[in-house]
Amino acid sequence: MKHAVISADEGAGGMFRRWPFFQRLLSWTKPYAPFEQGTREYERYDWNSLLPDEIECRALMCSVMDGTSYYPSRLEMERNLATFADRAGIAVRYGCRWTGTRHDGDRWTLETSDGEFRCQVPIFAVGVAEPWRPQIPGIEEALHYAETRPAETYAGHRVFIIGKENSGFELATGFLQWARQIVLASPSPAKLSINTRSLVGVRARYVQPYEDHVLAGGVIVLDASIERVERTGSTSLVRTRKADSAAELVFEVDDVIAATGFTSPILDLPKLGVATVGRNKLPAQTPFWESASVPGLYFGGTIHQASPGLRKHGIPSNSGGVNGHRYNGRILARQVARKHFGIDPERPVVPRAEVVSYLLHEFTNAPELWHQKSYLARVLIRDEKRGIVDDGIVPLQRFLDSGPADAVGATLEENPAGDIYPVLYTRRGGVSAEHDLPPHPLHDFRTRDHERAVVEALEGLLV
Amino acid sequence: MRSAPDDITETLASLAIFADLTRPELEKVAHSLEERYFAQDEKVLREGLSGSSFYIILEGEAALVARGKRLGTLGRGDFFGEISVLLGEPPVADVIAARPLRCLVVPGELLREFLQSHPRVCYRLLVAEARKLANVTRRST
Repeated sequence: MKHAVISADEGAGGMFRRWPFFQRLLSWTKPYAPFEQGTREYERYDWNSLLPDEIECRALMCSVMDGTSYYPSRLEMERNLATFADRAGIAVRYGCRWTGTRHDGDRWTLETSDGEFRCQVPIFAVGVAEPWRPQIPGIEEALHYAETRPAETYAGHRVFIIGKENSGFELATGFLQWARQIVLASPSPAKLSINTRSLVGVRARYVQPYEDHVLAGGVIVLDASIERVERTGSTSLVRTRKADSAAELVFEVDDVIAATGFTSPILDLPKLGVATVGRNKLPAQTPFWESASVPGLYFGGTIHQASPGLRKHGIPSNSGGVNGHRYNGRILARQVARKHFGIDPERPVVPRAEVVSYLLHEFTNAPELWHQKSYLARVLIRDEKRGIVDDGIVPLQRFLDSGPADAVGATLEENPAGDIYPVLYTRRGGVSAEHDLPPHPLHDFRTRDHERAVVEALEGLLV
Repeated sequence: MRSAPDDITETLASLAIFADLTRPELEKVAHSLEERYFAQDEKVLREGLSGSSFYIILEGEAALVARGKRLGTLGRGDFFGEISVLLGEPPVADVIAARPLRCLVVPGELLREFLQSHPRVCYRLLVAEARKLANVTRRST
């Protein structure tokens, strides 16, 4: 497809040119893993590399890390993306800022600092990195996470952090050796990722302030609504009300920081009818990341987190991270090609005798299924003329709600007990059924028991 | 309907199920639960699928559909999915957005904890369930 990429940045790297504040990511890349770097299977252990077709552009993150941590530094991640763009020869018009949008018939016009661009399909991958503040009286007195000063300038200070998600705990971790007192407050309890078993919640790297809190070491983690922030000379008063007792608690502090998250700079899109959702008003999307209210307008990158999929058992997708949305991006490109340009990428035939072993291999090794549990699925379709056709990796929700063709969707899911197990969704004559397979302690599903379970589920359908 | 509400707490305060909560409690609910938007005709709840959630409608309209037959319509302040979650069984009907729909979602695994920590919401839910049961009983006698 003919396409153009424009970016307001001066070079490749996106938000990693600025953040995270304390200079190290939360997403890992394991240089040493059970599979060789550059293989598809290795992607499960490398959350940060992008997905090229060219071998020389694969697993690039490893090649730019210095080995001091399996979490890349901000600079290493920026270098990873810049190296990818350079080696893959991605043409980007940098320093070109999108400023407005028009929809003229079947064409879209993007107004930019470099003039107008017209296109058939716009894809907005503008990130979720614009500081967002809730409506709290006086919150404008607080610095946002994005404006936080160097940690040493908080030496001896009492710091009040609004927000108990990763960014709040990241700051608290960085302030531990500097601040006199740290308070983290928001209306609902802090979630920890090891409890939610997902990327929702404070990641293990930032749990230190929480431990300090539970051991009464000086950090206060408070469930309270923030009623007002008042500036009083060189200090601030933060008026809060506890969520359980409604009792008022007032804090006099030296610094207030709003670690209240980010939104997406979608400019005039809401005026064109783009529906938004959630506290930070991200654009609501279909399973193929098209605006849920304006057909033909798509989103890319971390904004995909607002296309939540089924959220079975409450488990979210990983679309807010590179390890999740990099797979969505591939599917999105195919979908746009098929739907808007009539380009239907070839779909290979899977010999009937290999269907079972193919699915068991996918369950065990497919990085798409491991990074996007109950969100993406490998789909095989029964085609009367060609036999069993591999429809590729597609959004599970889309598969469940799509046409009547006999087919199977294979995915991985996780239950509240923390078991990770394969699931087959079969469709026969328009009737869908769910088949949960047993978990395995080593996540190796190429066993006799799993083989039998797959055969039983697919009997008369694909085998 | 297009834009997410600026203050979801205000929206919650106007719904019967949350009518007894204090402002800090409402903020806690608003802060801890996820808002979802469904385009018209999008499936919200799927018959026979495990691991579903409890939904409270903030705006819009949903249709209750079983075996291709429309059984009823749900609107602002109504909720659904609780039977499936409380019994630990897959839903016996589909719920489909009849018009663009905004819901607040409590993942199934968290509903028990949510109701235990908000007994006044639990009581309101119980009253609504009793009303549904009375209506069904009245129709069948």
